[in-house]
Amino acid sequence: MQRRSLISTLGLTALLLAAPALRAQAVAPDAFVKQVSTEVIDAVKADKAIQAGDVNRIRALVDAKVMPYVNFQRMMASSVGPQWRNATPDQQKRLLVEFQTLLINTYSGALTQVKDQAVVVKPLRAGAADSGEVVVRTEVRGQGEPIQLDYRLEKAGEGWKIYDVNVGGFWLVEAYKGQFAKDLNAGGIDALITTLATKNKSLASAKS
Amino acid sequence: MSIPGGGAIRRVWAIVLLAMAALTTGCATVPAGGPPPSRDPWEPLNRQVFAFNDAIDREFTKPLAEAYQAILPQIVRRGVTNFYGNLGDAWSSANLMLQAKPRQSLEMGMRTLVNSTFGLGGVLDFAEDMGLERFTVEDVGQTLGYWGIASGPYVVLPFLGPSTVRDGVGLVVDYQQSAINYVFDGVAPRNAAGLLNLLNTRTNLLSASRVFDEIALDRYTLMRDGYLARRRSQLFDGDPPDDDSATAPYKSLLQREKAK
Repeated sequence: MQRRSLISTLGLTALLLAAPALRAQAVAPDAFVKQVSTEVIDAVKADKAIQAGDVNRIRALVDAKVMPYVNFQRMMASSVGPQWRNATPDQQKRLLVEFQTLLINTYSGALTQVKDQAVVVKPLRAGAADSGEVVVRTEVRGQGEPIQLDYRLEKAGEGWKIYDVNVGGFWLVEAYKGQFAKDLNAGGIDALITTLATKNKSLASAKS
Repeated sequence: MSIPGGGAIRRVWAIVLLAMAALTTGCATVPAGGPPPSRDPWEPLNRQVFAFNDAIDREFTKPLAEAYQAILPQIVRRGVTNFYGNLGDAWSSANLMLQAKPRQSLEMGMRTLVNSTFGLGGVLDFAEDMGLERFTVEDVGQTLGYWGIASGPYVVLPFLGPSTVRDGVGLVVDYQQSAINYVFDGVAPRNAAGLLNLLNTRTNLLSASRVFDEIALDRYTLMRDGYLARRRSQLFDGDPPDDDSATAPYKSLLQREKAK
């Protein structure tokens, strides 16, 4: 018992010592992706409730482990296109709230598919991280065909933020662009907000 | 199991000729400039076929897949998936050869060899344990696209789902040359084997299709955009250039090889 507490104390100390070091030194983008995805997958594997499909638990996990690293503003702006700039601050705010919920739903849905997978981060191209933006390519390996999962990252202070995700060759922003186009053409920003709110509500009521 | 002799060689030649024919016509029809044509000029018809496929899936295929999933234990379904995956690997290997990628072709060929023997005819994925992973799935549509043949308009095929003109043509060859035809003798067993393959594939997609339905605002558009993006990505081995006008993957992939 004592031994175990000693080990955990040591571990905690090491963690505390390591944390400022990590913050002080710029993290490489591929290391960043490796860290985030390993954390998420390990959390899913350790949580029986998530594996059973407990949506609230999955959302809490995504909210805590993934969302802090996502630049919503940028994703939203490129998904909506020119109309984003012309939207009022209030419209932008409401749209961001709905978009964030949609993104969490999307990511949570994908996470319910995680079973015995591991993430392999592919090596960066030489000099790729020198500019402020970089693509990190990973593969989710499990049984059967590996799934391509790439991230577009931008430099944010000493760390990185995700501004697009590629699943199996399909960039999320590109997907949203196609999904948003009809509403934006027909009724502008307000129509889009209504559609997203309806979708989010139907998902919330269907699952709780 | 019959070992095909001259027939198989003739068939391979037929593919090569088809590829060459398509290559020449493809080059001739790629426009030199101007605005890109719509990817989905047949959208009204496509939406109707999409709705038809949806109805078929809802009424027949999906319930059947759910029953299949409920009745057969996971380990048996795993074996079925491995078996068809192994046949697919052989086909990938052939297509990689046609794409002049001998090293990758050999690797996929090794996979089939290992799994067909040690893996009891492909039921076990023994090669994966040896580190020979299935790193790609290739078909004739990709082989044609690799050599620069444009995909043509988007098409929703009845029963089979999203495709393009090029990929649809490829699919005909894929089915005709399917290893199922070599492994099984007679029309009835071949059809049964083909149907089992489709049912098993649909079963594997049950939970993924649930997620798809949940996140889509417009299912038709999401399916189309996703399909076209994925195919483009496959053509460039998962790393397509940002430039939309780049149409011949073999050129940019060769350049990338040289740069290494």
